[in-house]
Amino acid sequence: MLELQDVSKVYGEGAAEVQALTEVSLAVNAGTMVAVMGPSGSGKSTLLTIAGSLEEPTSGEVVVDGQALSAMSRAARARLRRRVIGYVFQDFNLLPGLTAAENVALPLELDGTNARKARAAGLEALDRLGLAERAGQYPDQLSGGERQRVAIARAMVGGRRLLLADEPSGALDTVNRDAIMRLVHDACKRGGMAAVVVTHDAQLASWADRVVFLRDGRVTDQTAPAPDPQPLLAPGQAS
Amino acid sequence: MYTQYHVEYETWYRSLVSVRHALLGLLSEGPKYGLQLRDEFEASTGDVWPLNVGQVYMTLQRLERDGLVESDDAADSPQKSFRITTEGERELAEWLRTPPDLSAPPRDGLVIKILVAMRLPGVDVHDVTQRHRRYLVQLMQQWTQIKEEDGGRDLGLALAVDAELFRLDSVIRWLDAADARIKRGPAQDPEPVRLPLPRRRRHIGVN
Repeated sequence: MLELQDVSKVYGEGAAEVQALTEVSLAVNAGTMVAVMGPSGSGKSTLLTIAGSLEEPTSGEVVVDGQALSAMSRAARARLRRRVIGYVFQDFNLLPGLTAAENVALPLELDGTNARKARAAGLEALDRLGLAERAGQYPDQLSGGERQRVAIARAMVGGRRLLLADEPSGALDTVNRDAIMRLVHDACKRGGMAAVVVTHDAQLASWADRVVFLRDGRVTDQTAPAPDPQPLLAPGQAS
Repeated sequence: MYTQYHVEYETWYRSLVSVRHALLGLLSEGPKYGLQLRDEFEASTGDVWPLNVGQVYMTLQRLERDGLVESDDAADSPQKSFRITTEGERELAEWLRTPPDLSAPPRDGLVIKILVAMRLPGVDVHDVTQRHRRYLVQLMQQWTQIKEEDGGRDLGLALAVDAELFRLDSVIRWLDAADARIKRGPAQDPEPVRLPLPRRRRHIGVN
């Protein structure tokens, strides 16, 4: 669903040059969640913006849904962003003047779907995330956890297949973070989405099928597929 | 490495799981048999801390010796029933409200490994920290999978798994901080103003 092939990104020139990413390769299949962990400044957010075609790499290729971004026109990339890719940000990025349902329906309306159909799809997405009763509320009437669920509904509405999330649980507490990650996990396992979540939070990353470690703009390591967890429940005897 | 960690973590579990007081807690609900206590202990911790029945009876014998529980007169058999005494109830109430002694930093094996790695020539400390980080994240993935599969239905399990996830998370955070500090090197800032500290400060954490 998403493939980064030897992607590098350099900002600035000469003495001010900053190498944000160096030959990063990463493949994320449909139905899979990958977490990218790394310290501040390791290139996590740059990786996400390049994967989402919000920025272009200096070199290397990004392939989304089988299409190489470098071969696409600007308009085609914008269409891909609207129809295939959903973004979730730490600070939710909801428009304060729109209700939850209107926020969720907005990407579809911007893509030319008529307002009635877009609103029905928005309500359906909110319902899937348990927010049907909050559809008419404005962002400032929602709790932090509800706002983030609205943001996830907006990222998934219209059957988008690639979810890109930057610290999606932000400052949420453990219970709300689990609820958010359960939604992302279900969207991958049941809905066949591919998801990339960048975070410095190991508890959030532990929801992923695979964790990739980034350091100084390079992929330095990644987890192996997690073994069966059941033996953990009988490691020995308590005393 | 996996086996080694398990041995270390098991030791850690043992130091924290107070079966003695957990059994008193279960007996405070009413008289119970040994097997019943084993099953209820495991269920209440989401089966994260399994117990063998021999340990249960050994602990019950000690509790009885100390006057904290008493049993009916039936001979040693699985049908022997235990009940908490007034002294046992007092002990349980006292234990619940007494914080565990965490004042002395444990001799953490991982901290020692990193401190040793820093002194050894030719050792890439980041490579050492990353190996531990990867192992810990994989372990957290397994615990999260257990939590995810249960879906929050078993509250005891959710709490026990959360405790484990927070513990592993704190170790990873320490590794992150260690990496950042090692990368930065010793502070080059001017010497901080040192205020005379009371002598006992030196003993904090040493006991």
